[in-house]
Amino acid sequence: MSEELATGNLLEVRGLTKIFGSLTACDHIDLTIARGEIHALLGENGAGKSTLVKMLFGSLEPHSGEILWQGQPVRIQNPGVAKKLGIGMVFQHFSLFEALTAAENIALSLDDGSPINQIAAKARALSYSYGLPLDPDSLVGDLSVGERQRIEIIRCLLQLPQLIILDEPTSVLTPQEADKLFETLERLRAEGKSILYISHRLEEVKRICDRATVLRHGKVVGHCNPREETASSLARMMVGSEVKAVVRAPVEGIEKAAPLLEIRSLTRKPATPFSIPLKNIGLTVRAGEVIGIAGVAGNGQGEFFEAVSGEVQQQDAASVRIRGKDAGRLDITGRRLLGAAFVPEERLGHGAAPRMKLSENLLLSRHATDGKAFVGTGGMVKANAVYSAAQRIIEVMDVRKSAPDPEAAALSGGNLQKFIVGRELDRRPAVMVVNQPTWGVDAGAAAHIRQALIELARSGSAVLVISQDLDELFEISDAIAVMHNGELSKPLPIAEATFEKIGLLMGGAEPCHAEHAAEVV
Amino acid sequence: MRLELVKRPQRSALFSALSPFIAFALTLIAGAILFALLGIDPVSAFYTYFISPISEVWQLHELAIKAAPLILIAVGLSVCYRANIWNIGAEGQFTLGAIVGSMVPVLYPELEGPIVLPLMLLMGMIGGGLYAAIPAYLKARFNTNEILTSLMLVYVSQLFLDWLVRGPWRDPQGHGFPQTVQFNDSAILPELMPASGRANWGFVFALVAAVVVWIMMSRMLKGFEVRVLGSSPRAGRFAGFGLNRMIFFAFILSGALAGLAGISVVSGEINQLKPVISPGYGFAAIIVAFLGRLNPLGIVAAGLVLALTYLGGEAAQTALGVSDKVARVFQGMLLFFVLGCDTLIHYRIRLVGLRAKAPAPDPATAGKLGEAH
Repeated sequence: MSEELATGNLLEVRGLTKIFGSLTACDHIDLTIARGEIHALLGENGAGKSTLVKMLFGSLEPHSGEILWQGQPVRIQNPGVAKKLGIGMVFQHFSLFEALTAAENIALSLDDGSPINQIAAKARALSYSYGLPLDPDSLVGDLSVGERQRIEIIRCLLQLPQLIILDEPTSVLTPQEADKLFETLERLRAEGKSILYISHRLEEVKRICDRATVLRHGKVVGHCNPREETASSLARMMVGSEVKAVVRAPVEGIEKAAPLLEIRSLTRKPATPFSIPLKNIGLTVRAGEVIGIAGVAGNGQGEFFEAVSGEVQQQDAASVRIRGKDAGRLDITGRRLLGAAFVPEERLGHGAAPRMKLSENLLLSRHATDGKAFVGTGGMVKANAVYSAAQRIIEVMDVRKSAPDPEAAALSGGNLQKFIVGRELDRRPAVMVVNQPTWGVDAGAAAHIRQALIELARSGSAVLVISQDLDELFEISDAIAVMHNGELSKPLPIAEATFEKIGLLMGGAEPCHAEHAAEVV
Repeated sequence: MRLELVKRPQRSALFSALSPFIAFALTLIAGAILFALLGIDPVSAFYTYFISPISEVWQLHELAIKAAPLILIAVGLSVCYRANIWNIGAEGQFTLGAIVGSMVPVLYPELEGPIVLPLMLLMGMIGGGLYAAIPAYLKARFNTNEILTSLMLVYVSQLFLDWLVRGPWRDPQGHGFPQTVQFNDSAILPELMPASGRANWGFVFALVAAVVVWIMMSRMLKGFEVRVLGSSPRAGRFAGFGLNRMIFFAFILSGALAGLAGISVVSGEINQLKPVISPGYGFAAIIVAFLGRLNPLGIVAAGLVLALTYLGGEAAQTALGVSDKVARVFQGMLLFFVLGCDTLIHYRIRLVGLRAKAPAPDPATAGKLGEAH
């Protein structure tokens, strides 16, 4: 390799365009990545970040434009080609087999037939040298999300990439784990490797990135040095306008308000070998307040939501009480009839049936609570009533769509989420339990949803929000509890809560030994 | 080199609608090749097969007789398949419906009057429904594979029928033939228009079932429940619809309709039980269900097409001297092409291997490859 090449740009992208049907996901994208830089790719959900990255990694083929790798035009038809060029990628959603060890998972992706103990030794050495300690012989199923991410990173590094693409790497980490990751990234940069860092967290981009490319609606809206920008100027570039700040008026005398959702010593055995058992969870949500549950993904939040919603029933009827009535042995319909409403994490396939129309998806969660309005004699669906109710929700929540009553899968993530949240708000539920209310939702829609949840609480309902997004929880909650390994901490009133304290709890520190645990971490 | 199926981002609405017709056309082409290889002129073979069996009014009656059980069974199966529940054992439920419904005229031959027939039909539905409840219970309770259990129960039911007509239910005056007594007049399903042909009320049952199930699937909460649980079970659970309840509902409904078909065939056409009472209606109905795109109204049309292959098979046997198994071959090809067309509407084929395995020409890349190893 010549000297001249070694000093130039590692990757250059010119006019890269990708069209899906009528949507131009990427529109003449230009991007250059120099050697030894951490380059941020900023943009809201749906801005085209994932599409761009998939083209760089060979998962998608561009319609037009060119990719220059070390000055040479290349065609990246599949991820194998990308790997051979020296492009590695760490995905946001891991692709690991839980029943295999870390080393076995790495061996699967290397696909070069080298013996497993040789791979394990290499992985171990590499992991320690980069400050990401990893035991290659441990079962993936036993590892935390942060440790699983290390496997993905090590697996990527073993292929000796020149460019490493990281997709929202800190979304699954505690603040402390994220700090460790940043140290690793800085070491990689010092070695002359380049990193394309995808994130929507502006503070961390300002902290570690040398340059940033901002995407909006599939177009590059600017290149900048994030260190010279403020978080709000970056946000303006991303969103294109000011985002309305969420307003949360403090509430007084909440301890006297009626408890609408009570969870008492809720315990659940793991349903599968790799699911998290719930251990003796207790929590009260009163009329008028928003309680947030923080925690790294995979610490029992999904299991907790299933148990509270009644998708999985409990033995002990008193373990979940809704508006003062025992609900533990009721199914989800029974709990809805008591006045509760639920929004699950997954939109497509759980909160909504993807191939069904929005009006049918309205019926999905409200066929029993609104039985009189929506279902007539003999079980005939009153299609007109359902349709006009769906249109009302679409209007109230400002759901943008291309047809009067499209299939759920045809909506963008943010618009579908607005519909799903609006479907429940429309009932004015006394208790609302939401898992990841704004996951993958653009900033404008997220602000809309958050404000609506606060207003629901202030009008006298109890709102419980499970989220991995700490910024969001600090924005909307009156108190924050932390879920770790199936246990729930006591809720910290928002006035006492700090990122530091919540972060330690997320990492598994005992609430009363927080200072001691800090040293260990 | 290998073939890979890649999901299409959008499916073509036009081809979705055309798919049954394309499949039928492909079946005809394949059939033409088949006849040509047998040394028979394809044009005259097709005339014998598809035109001659429906050129007179009485023949249309025969078509209705053959189509009725196919439609009845397929309508029930469409509910199962929409719910993503794979009942393959309709032939067995058909047989059990015939047996249980025949208890009245076989065990109480002296019983007469207008009560006999409704009782037989009802018992036929109960027999088929309960027999279908066995694989439903096994799936709900033990998570067994319903494809296997329902299929295996077909053979159990056929052997049970065989034993009955050779043993306890054999007609003592039947000269030792394996068959029951002839049903009395009260136990025989009346013909619709005796003046023009033999078609009986079974065809009316089939049409009524198709319309009722179509209304249920498109207009009623129950049909919504079926569609949600079939297309996204997790969303169904979120909606509060129970999957186990649905397994029983779909199996018992389709079993009852298959049972009704069974007793209708025995009562309207055969008038007694024999070791073999069906030319494979329960299996052919699977083809009918898919050819009709799991839509009850489409199934009526598809049932008539499949019925024609039975009649054509019989005609070809007498006129051309080919085996009546040709009908089965046609049915098999039709199912093959229907499923093939449906797959290609959702997926496209990609050839993988030749280019990806070629050595990388770029020396820099090759060098890196060496390092990595």
